[in-house]
Amino acid sequence: MNLVRNHILISIDSSTIMAGARAVERAFVDELLNRGLQDEVSVLETGSLGLINRGVVLVVYPEGVIYADVTTKDVPEIVEEHILKGRFVERLVVKEMPKQHVIKREKTGLLKEQPRIVLRNSGIINPESIDEYIATGGYEAASKIINEMKPEEVIEEVKRSGLTGRGGAAFSTGMKWDFARRAKGDVKYIICNADEGEPGTFKDRLILEGDPHKLLEGMLIAGYAVGAQYGYIYIRGEYVLSIERLEKAIKDAEALGLLGENIFGSGFSYHVSIKKGAGAYVCGEETALIESLEGKRGHPRSKPPYPVTEGLWGKPTVINNVETLANIPEIMRNGASWFRGYGTEKCPGTKVYTIIGHVATPGLIEAEMGTTLRDIIFEYGGGIKNGKKFKCALVGGAAGAFLGPDMLDVNMDFVSLREYSAVLGSGAILVMDEDTNIVEMLKNVLHFFRHESCGHCVPCRLGTAQLVKIIDRVADSKGKREDIDKLLRISEVMRDTSFCPLGQSLYLPISSTLKYFRDEMLSMI
Amino acid sequence: MERDEIIKKFSPSLDNILFILHALQDNNPQNYLSKDDIRVCAEYLNVPYSYVHSVASFYTMFSLKPRGRNIIRLCDSPPCHLMGSGSLLEYLKESLNINVGETTEDGFFTLELTSCLGVCGVAPAMMINDEMFGNLTPEKVNAILDMRRKS
Repeated sequence: MNLVRNHILISIDSSTIMAGARAVERAFVDELLNRGLQDEVSVLETGSLGLINRGVVLVVYPEGVIYADVTTKDVPEIVEEHILKGRFVERLVVKEMPKQHVIKREKTGLLKEQPRIVLRNSGIINPESIDEYIATGGYEAASKIINEMKPEEVIEEVKRSGLTGRGGAAFSTGMKWDFARRAKGDVKYIICNADEGEPGTFKDRLILEGDPHKLLEGMLIAGYAVGAQYGYIYIRGEYVLSIERLEKAIKDAEALGLLGENIFGSGFSYHVSIKKGAGAYVCGEETALIESLEGKRGHPRSKPPYPVTEGLWGKPTVINNVETLANIPEIMRNGASWFRGYGTEKCPGTKVYTIIGHVATPGLIEAEMGTTLRDIIFEYGGGIKNGKKFKCALVGGAAGAFLGPDMLDVNMDFVSLREYSAVLGSGAILVMDEDTNIVEMLKNVLHFFRHESCGHCVPCRLGTAQLVKIIDRVADSKGKREDIDKLLRISEVMRDTSFCPLGQSLYLPISSTLKYFRDEMLSMI
Repeated sequence: MERDEIIKKFSPSLDNILFILHALQDNNPQNYLSKDDIRVCAEYLNVPYSYVHSVASFYTMFSLKPRGRNIIRLCDSPPCHLMGSGSLLEYLKESLNINVGETTEDGFFTLELTSCLGVCGVAPAMMINDEMFGNLTPEKVNAILDMRRKS
């Protein structure tokens, strides 16, 4: 093996590819070849470093210097200055990095130290290399479990960890697995819900792009615990790179016997395949997802029976979010009590957030459960863009609530937010500054729901249409005073009578807008 | 490629219907599912024509009418809206001289709106066919359209 003195890790994810990361990667390879450095310096691909909207991002080791906004034109300079002369190209070094350019993380900003469980390998290993995943301890938990533990013991451990569903519903993962394990059925399924459609959410995409094997290992452990033979990953058709990387990951895992027949010689067989969606927000709802996976229109089913007893093709089925499953290998490797060391008593662990909108540094972070909204926006997100004032944040996507300044110091976790009639949801935090027109934002949210309502039940189909009519009128300054309360009343009826969470959740954005901005809405009348 | 060749890549099982429809649509030079596409899919899966039509019409990624060579899908979800997708939509409509859901006369561009593309960090964003574009401004959109016209 060659001794390499420098490693250049280029972040290859959907955002950096847009900015030309592949061209920069090629330019490095060419430049190093021209200078005869190809054996001394290696160019590697990795996942997202969490810096979003900073163009092409890369790290040069061993110094651990992070460069952002790199273009092909900068490549000769980086090679000449950094690699050959040992001088950093200051103008491209990420500002948040401390002067000494050590790997130590900063106190604030997206590079602030984070408790990384789910994103542990993202931006560090090459997501397309199963060897690198294994070198970080990957598949260690799965191997130990399948060889040494009983399925019931695995479920007990997951229950003890207190892990709850990270897709938004926050149901106990261990309980869900237990129900499915006890359910009668010769065939059982695990489905990974990667139909990430909640506006403002792209955490699952970055997990899949950055560390696809972590998800596969999580699914493998889930399959063993529940007694399933098949796993499906239902993923958005738009997530082109995630699909590519997952396909490769599955093939590589099968080649090593980590998926397929008789895994680790234990007699346990488990197959994972990918199913591509085709653009329907409602398919994020678990029963609609099952319908879609079976090859039907994505209409939700009535519950009960719940999927854990009658799911895919009528068989017991566990449906878990990407982030939930990505927690599993770490929990099983380090133990439930280690996991409980993070987060709060009632809500252990971490949460992956996407911070976007009017913040100085939009990005992806993983923070402990219970971190305040203020810390997330001001510590990690760098505060409000252009020195403006904070107006509100839409937390949890379009199906979430607008939270005003009085909510900045509330602990962000599933339990605490519920007390304030808010939700953590998928972890999307859309920040708005003082100049934001709240009526326009609400209008946009309601239009979104009208478009995505699947038409299956009357309250949602007609309700969304009426809400759009009213908000359009108000935004056009043609509304009446009673329109404001009509919005609330319709959404209340929808909350109480809609068939699935899509129609039920509109109440949140509407009631929270009225709580904070009733006067602003009335001023449009 | 012939339709029969394409669908044979998938086993004739109903849960492959979205894969098959994606593949047929990608293969259609007009980027849509024609009646023949739907018929072939229905026969292969042994379900009625109306069944395939109802599935195809449910999902926004499928189109039942001919589209241009380049499908522009501008994101109009709250994050992109907040960052100014509304004015971009007006700009696109004006410079292409079409409305949402329409195709330019030369068959080059179709303009569509889409729900969140999951690249909100670089909002406002759009997709043209399989490629993503972010941090859009009218100037940038103009340059992208020009490049597409030339390629």
